[in-house]
Amino acid sequence: MTEVLAPREGAITRHVTVSVNGTPHSAEIETRLLLAHFLRETLGLTGTHIGCDTTSCGACTVLLDGVPVKSCTVFAVQAEGHDVTTVEGLESGDGLHPIQQAFHEEHGLQCGYCTPGMMLVATALLRENPNPTDEEIRWALSGNVCRCTGYQNIVKAVHNAAAKLAAEGR
Amino acid sequence: MATAEIRGIGHSVERKEDARFIRGKGTYVDDITLPGMLHMELLRSPFAHARIRSIDTSRAAELPGVVAVVTGELMAQHKLAWMPTLSGDTQAVLATDKVRFQGQEVAAVVADTAYIAKDALELIDVDYEPLPAVTTPQQALEADAPVIRDEKEGQTDNRIYQWEAGDREATDRAFAEADKVVSLDTFYPRCHPSPLECCGCVADVNPATGKATIYMTSQAPHAHRTLFALVAGLPEQKIRIVSPDIGGGFGNKVPIYPGYVVATAASLLLGKPVKWIEDRTGNLISTGYARDYHMHGELALKGNRITGLRTTLLSDNGAFYADAQPSKFRAGLFHIVTGSYDIPAAHVVAEGAYTNKAPGGVAYRCSFRVTEASYLIERLVQTAAYELGVDPAEFRLQNFIKPEQFPYESATGFLYDSGDYPKAMKLALEKLGYDELRREQEEARKEGRLIGIGLASFTEVVGAGPGKHYDIAGLRMFDSAELRVHPTGKAVLKLGVRSQGQGHETTFAQIVANELGIPPEDVEVQEGDTDHTPYGLGTYASRSTPVAGAATAVISRKLREKARTIAAHLLETAEDDLEWENGAFHVKGAPERAKTIQDLAFAAYTDIPDGMEAGLEGVHYYDPPNMTFPFGTYAVVVEIDRGTGEWKVKRVVAVDDCGVRINPMIVEGQIMGGLAEGFGIAAMELITFDEDGNCIGSNFMDYLLPTSWETPEFELGETVTPSPHHPIGAKGVGESATVGSPAAYVNAVVDALAHAGVRNLEMPVTSDKVWKALVEAGLAE
Repeated sequence: MTEVLAPREGAITRHVTVSVNGTPHSAEIETRLLLAHFLRETLGLTGTHIGCDTTSCGACTVLLDGVPVKSCTVFAVQAEGHDVTTVEGLESGDGLHPIQQAFHEEHGLQCGYCTPGMMLVATALLRENPNPTDEEIRWALSGNVCRCTGYQNIVKAVHNAAAKLAAEGR
Repeated sequence: MATAEIRGIGHSVERKEDARFIRGKGTYVDDITLPGMLHMELLRSPFAHARIRSIDTSRAAELPGVVAVVTGELMAQHKLAWMPTLSGDTQAVLATDKVRFQGQEVAAVVADTAYIAKDALELIDVDYEPLPAVTTPQQALEADAPVIRDEKEGQTDNRIYQWEAGDREATDRAFAEADKVVSLDTFYPRCHPSPLECCGCVADVNPATGKATIYMTSQAPHAHRTLFALVAGLPEQKIRIVSPDIGGGFGNKVPIYPGYVVATAASLLLGKPVKWIEDRTGNLISTGYARDYHMHGELALKGNRITGLRTTLLSDNGAFYADAQPSKFRAGLFHIVTGSYDIPAAHVVAEGAYTNKAPGGVAYRCSFRVTEASYLIERLVQTAAYELGVDPAEFRLQNFIKPEQFPYESATGFLYDSGDYPKAMKLALEKLGYDELRREQEEARKEGRLIGIGLASFTEVVGAGPGKHYDIAGLRMFDSAELRVHPTGKAVLKLGVRSQGQGHETTFAQIVANELGIPPEDVEVQEGDTDHTPYGLGTYASRSTPVAGAATAVISRKLREKARTIAAHLLETAEDDLEWENGAFHVKGAPERAKTIQDLAFAAYTDIPDGMEAGLEGVHYYDPPNMTFPFGTYAVVVEIDRGTGEWKVKRVVAVDDCGVRINPMIVEGQIMGGLAEGFGIAAMELITFDEDGNCIGSNFMDYLLPTSWETPEFELGETVTPSPHHPIGAKGVGESATVGSPAAYVNAVVDALAHAGVRNLEMPVTSDKVWKALVEAGLAE
């Protein structure tokens, strides 16, 4: 645990164990610590970005038990006993996740700041709906803001990933 | 030109930078953690205009974990309470006498954690004496308006500048002789670039060496280094600015903000690294906004020809005049307002005023007020077409600068490099099926449906310099490229610009590939670290490809010429007997007698002619002979709901001509991003204020950004008219779509209502405004 977010003197703390990308992590944390900061500062997983602090932009999206949540508005203590997936957990021993490969192939990213959140929402969508329409993709991604791409290539990337997943039989 | 194997210009090479971003392994400023690092948060003014009677920091200082509380008084002791702006004004770093806008920086807390620093902000007691707030430039110019900048010697009112361009007399004559005059008053509202990553820095002043390393969200790291040296009085060789991965910029990361200065001062005083990361509200209420331009425009018409253009502008510059723009041009490049049209006489008068609003005036994805200019002329042209009873497309075609008129000198003094406006427009109309759509629109009207077709045929002016005309704070707007080809034929290219998502690592490697035959994957592009890149003015105003791209082409060609000499030496032939093809020199008529660039790079370090300097490296500083002038036609189709005033975009066709396209995939990505931001500006993005100067639009629940749900689909097309003066014919494209598209969206909504006499709707064109127009026109359902 880094010095950065060590609990203050006299702060209310709680011991938590959170599974992040399949690995359990335990820490003594302040109860007010946000999940986004727990991931970024306590665990050093800086792929989860913060863009607005008000649950509006989706840059901080992670999966909590497979469901997209905006980690800037989730307390780390609420993740106790749950599974968190961040962008760092997408790649596996087999290489890049199809959604990562698809974002690259379709030029679905420019500055890269919204990309982790976008990819995580897309994976959750494809798990529920393996063959979504444009409209379903656009609706699913509408909680996540991208300022660079105009979204069209992100939509294409989600279709591309759907095809890749189908081809892999996933 | 096409180099299939080497994948130079014209290839949609997949981006090199993606590898780290898709893994979440980019390094943005907030991802940097240094040993012993402290955290800083800023206290901002809740008032738009108030005198500061006192600041009591004692309770904050006592909070465990707080290391220091910084006020303007402390900054003043180090002569850092004020700093220069990019437009020759001064701006408070931390307020001492008064606060002049809501959100202004008043104090800073440095603490062990950002959480503690935020806690401590609430323990600072500032005693304010509220003063009347001035929230519009019209109000600011009234005789009895409170003087906002009363600390400035000789400043007795809220006037900042008056500026003009063009020929008043010739323009007056054109209007006197006109058959008809058409005018438009419109307001381009304040909006905000809002990159998804806010601003921030990690300032690390090493107490042992005196070296200040500042990691910061900077679109212009070299210029920032020089400004830091001038502001802080630090020796420039002891300052290193590192601009790491940037999460979008759009102009927002061009200025120097108080947070950077205070964090650096705190690091200097405390001997420890200090991180400051702005929150979104801080970003929206204090950093560079855009536009806020009140515009009056008039066209003089003779028959269907535009013979004169007159505009009067009033800009709201906020509390400090901090527009990021070339110093000789007080209204930026607004005088490109004649646009794509052959208008013999034009005159622009611009005036600026201080108000109790955030300073900035950065160009949100725009080359210095080109967006406002393009909006005004494209709205005016449509208005004129309606008044003349001519189709808006036909009216444009009749007034375009003709292809044979290039290079074309405009009435306000620009020399347009190249263009074929009818070609781009005709392609857009063809893709749209314009004539058929006009018939459909007519049919729909009979059925009670309101469809609108809006066009915008923009011309931009981008790629500043030339340095003798364009400078920022005196620094000439050249840019640079340093190319080092290693013995094994792999290369490193170092640039003075800094990508914020534009894909420089790929595009610029392709320029080297094209000129020197080294495949893009063998060229590593480095930017953003002032200790390790040559001096340049940075990335904004679509200048990277026009200027640094040209520098890259020129230095590649210089190295190719050196390689030719080496090839002649190795092949024992005269240089004139060699031909360059596909990354190799070969003897004319004997293609088997060849040396590849990789062979020649190796030889540059191992086997050179007597008297030649070793190595294959060089740097070039490119001062462009002229600006470049990208153009295009955008066409938008909308349908209005007569029951609610909502409007939906049915189609967007965008034909862009940005000269030669280096990486078409990246170019199209830039265009689509701009079309989405242009839609946001036209439809929803608004920073506004109540009468007390409270900012409405201080978070993403009030400042609305288009999501995937609202953003329309885009159909793209291209024409290619190379820039004659750019080494590879490129013109720059990053901003075309934000410049051109807002007028197309608004023109479309107005067009749906034009038959009922509607001529103007103000941005953002929200449903309530359309509803009001529907009611007034008797079209509401």
